[in-house]
Amino acid sequence: MDIVQELLAGSRLALARAITAVENEYDEAAEIMQKVYPFTGKAQVIGITGPPGAGKSTLTDKLAKEYRRQEKTVGIVAVDPTSPFYGGAILGDRIRMNELTLDPGVFIRSMGTRGSLGGLARKTVDVIKIMDAFGKDIIFIETVGVGQSEVDVIKASDTIVVVLVPGQGDDIQAIKAGILEIGDIFAINKADYDGVERLNTELEMMLELNPNNALWRPLVKRTVASRGDGVEDLMQAINEHVEYLVTSGELIRRRSIRTKNELLLLINDHISKQVMDRISLGGELDSLVNSIEDHQQTPYNIVRNILAEILR
Amino acid sequence: MEKRIRVLVAKPGLDGHDRGAKVVARALRDAGFEVIYTGLRQTPEQIAEAALEEDVNVVAMSLLSGAHNTLFPKVVNLLKDKELENVLILGGGVIPDTDIPALKQAGVAEIFTPGTSTAAIVEFIKANVK
Ligand SMILES: Nc1nc2c(ncn2[C@@H]2O[C@H](COP(=O)(O)OP(=O)(O)O)[C@@H](O)[C@H]2O)c(=O)[nH]1
Ligand SMILES: [Mg+2]
Repeated sequence: MDIVQELLAGSRLALARAITAVENEYDEAAEIMQKVYPFTGKAQVIGITGPPGAGKSTLTDKLAKEYRRQEKTVGIVAVDPTSPFYGGAILGDRIRMNELTLDPGVFIRSMGTRGSLGGLARKTVDVIKIMDAFGKDIIFIETVGVGQSEVDVIKASDTIVVVLVPGQGDDIQAIKAGILEIGDIFAINKADYDGVERLNTELEMMLELNPNNALWRPLVKRTVASRGDGVEDLMQAINEHVEYLVTSGELIRRRSIRTKNELLLLINDHISKQVMDRISLGGELDSLVNSIEDHQQTPYNIVRNILAEILR
Repeated sequence: MEKRIRVLVAKPGLDGHDRGAKVVARALRDAGFEVIYTGLRQTPEQIAEAALEEDVNVVAMSLLSGAHNTLFPKVVNLLKDKELENVLILGGGVIPDTDIPALKQAGVAEIFTPGTSTAAIVEFIKANVK
């Protein structure tokens, strides 16, 4: 049996190795995705994002347990930043999810953002697809809500939960850029802290002003993830959002946009990889740069020539 | 290709300190490895399952409580049961010299006792990882 047959038959080892193949960009990754693809599209994908330390992992752990109680199987993809200086990472999300480890209905995978420009979004999408094909009903993707690449990652979700914490002083201002616009649900976590009312009011005001909210007005929920308070309510809100997605036709629309974006990303990735492979050979890149500096060629005719050669 | 060496750093047993494990985790990160850190009081079953899901190349365990003679070999066997025989297994902590040969016999690749430099651990991993 090949690795895809094995994972479709339920092998957790095959699932783990298929994810590695995608993550490490092994040669067989494209083949794996090609075979996995027909079995995807069934899972419900929930994105959990927000600043570091907001309680995303704790909340994911508690939500996962709720879904398990309803006998749904769960996959979790937890993304943490790779150190730009060393290329390594400490992936610590499992610390909050240890009670899930021995549940055979849960599969958790930690990922570093690594170096790839834009490649992260494509890889996480592929990892989600592999878990989907494996048969996971619910897939969580946890990522820190800073930076465009993280926002790209979380956009693979059907429902995006933005986790915020009261009493940070500059809370709303600090996270305004990027994640406020994409939240379908806001969880004010650490609601045992001071400042809940203020944050709640600020959030509601922001949401009032957002013109995108004509059809779905984002819900605001309070949680104390460490105690499990409000988690059932949050799950209820997620279900409500899913119902809205389905009945309004928005789910089809979102998935279609996603399919388009994935296709464009894939095209982009493959073409630029071929170009890079081609011009990195034997230091050709440097000599091309020299030829531009010496006014023998322009960047434009170089690109035209390379593309003509590759796309022949 | 974007391969990284992945290391599960785990604290089996009941002792409540993970300062040493955190120092090692940071040193491994600084060496360019991806460290999956699972925190305190892991059972051998949890360690083996996390190693499988995370598809790690290395499992590094540290233990101060003296239960190494039972816990380390148990992890080795569970990893074997899960067909993870290529995983490099390392042990650390307060471990008497006299216990080391039996642990290696059981399948722990190397034991690092207090005072080992983190650089030595990094070197060992680089030289022996499969
Ligand atoms: N007081 C309080 N602490 C919490 C709450 N939720 C999580 N924490 C703690 O906040 C810390 C960070 O949580 P974690 O889930 O790792 O945050 P993440 O970085 O967003 O994934 C941990 O020590 C949690 O125990 C909460 O609702 N109230
Ligand atoms: Mg986390």
